[in-house]
Amino acid sequence: MIRIILPYHLRNLAGVEKEVSLPIEGPVTQRSLLDALEARYPMLRGTIRDHTTQERRPLLRYFACGEDLSFEAADAPLPDEVASGREPFRIVGAVAGG
Amino acid sequence: MSGIRVLVGTRKGAFLLTSDGKRKEWKVEGPHFGGLEIYHLKGSTVDPNRIYASQASDWFGQVVHRSDDGGKSWQTVGNEFKYDGEPGKHLWYDGTPHPWEFKRVWHFEPSLTDPDTVYAGVEDAALFRSADGGATWQELSGMRGHSSGAQWAPGAGGMCLHTILLDPNNNGRMFVAISAAGVFRTDDAGKSWRPNNRGLKSDFMPDPTAEVGHCVHHIAMHPSRPTTLFMQKHWDVMRSDDGGESWREVSGNLPSDFGFVIDVHAHEPETIYVVPIKSDSEHYPPEAKLRVYRSRSGGNEWEALTKGLPQGDCYVNVLRDAMSVDALDPCGVYFGTTGGQVYASADAGERWAPIVRDLPAVLSVEVQTLP
Repeated sequence: MIRIILPYHLRNLAGVEKEVSLPIEGPVTQRSLLDALEARYPMLRGTIRDHTTQERRPLLRYFACGEDLSFEAADAPLPDEVASGREPFRIVGAVAGG
Repeated sequence: MSGIRVLVGTRKGAFLLTSDGKRKEWKVEGPHFGGLEIYHLKGSTVDPNRIYASQASDWFGQVVHRSDDGGKSWQTVGNEFKYDGEPGKHLWYDGTPHPWEFKRVWHFEPSLTDPDTVYAGVEDAALFRSADGGATWQELSGMRGHSSGAQWAPGAGGMCLHTILLDPNNNGRMFVAISAAGVFRTDDAGKSWRPNNRGLKSDFMPDPTAEVGHCVHHIAMHPSRPTTLFMQKHWDVMRSDDGGESWREVSGNLPSDFGFVIDVHAHEPETIYVVPIKSDSEHYPPEAKLRVYRSRSGGNEWEALTKGLPQGDCYVNVLRDAMSVDALDPCGVYFGTTGGQVYASADAGERWAPIVRDLPAVLSVEVQTLP
């Protein structure tokens, strides 16, 4: 199972706790992980990735294993620790605003 | 006895204010969607339990919520607003071409006949329609595709389609207003549009009387007289008596004719309300006195309504969608401020009292008169 940690407002929108777990078949990449997340929680569509471009929204970043993975290719394999569920994939909102 | 439900969108969530027909005791519920900007909520007149809410955030984009039980519970519906075809370009602040990009829904306007049909006015300016309760959205692209579209430019708040008026006597006719393009009208249910800005004068434009480019802040209509429209423009209060074909100024004796809101009394089509703001550089009331101005002659002659409103040291603004009226008699008038107050008058503006004082900055106020 893949573990994903969502920011506060997306947890509320999806009605989930801080961390969600999802099965993913095939290679574990940003794209496959987010596809699985949106398939399980369709209300999250458009909130993490732009509907049309599928690009990460500018004020969100992706982290795992202490690394910023925001600019990795969408189809690049995620670290083994994420694929095995030992480490969560974190979707983090920018700390900004009033 | 009738009841009143006031739907309040704020910078940090939505609030529902409810009262019976006396409008003296109020219950404040919320925040719904706490911490997130709720640009607008509006209920269907066909089914008052059906309410649409626009949540927009720089972090998470557009989310649309729908309630089928009067705001007790909410479900997320469709949030994909995809421009029809190649989006094209409009003018940016510096006059250079800029791609059309969807940012947020400013206003929902439910159909007058079908609770599942709702229109959405969005930034960058376009009009969308859903016929399935918000599950899917289709652009009425004749609006954005008007031949003048490449010349539209944003106002300070963005290039937003912020007002949608449906003609209750003519299914095919509707009006929209865009900052800063002006008023447009369709007579064929949104297929084709034409500018309705003759008579407007905007000194900031190279051609002050150009067909498009005017920063219209809000327009209002009384349902019994859909050919008479009232407008609060960036500067100037205007009216039209020919369905938007031509406009004339009715600012009269207002202390400032800059402002954002304008609305019409529920039972008196010639009684209108504005909240003057000092200037486009100073978005607070003249003399720091919060005054609603009422005209009972459809403009030109205005009286200040001040009882219960702060008459000193007041520096709030009242944004374009933040005034509404109920349908009771006497007519109730409501408005919200950027200071978080929602004021109500149960006697057509004679006396005011805050329903609530310390909400986040108010973005929109809509009123439902319940059976």
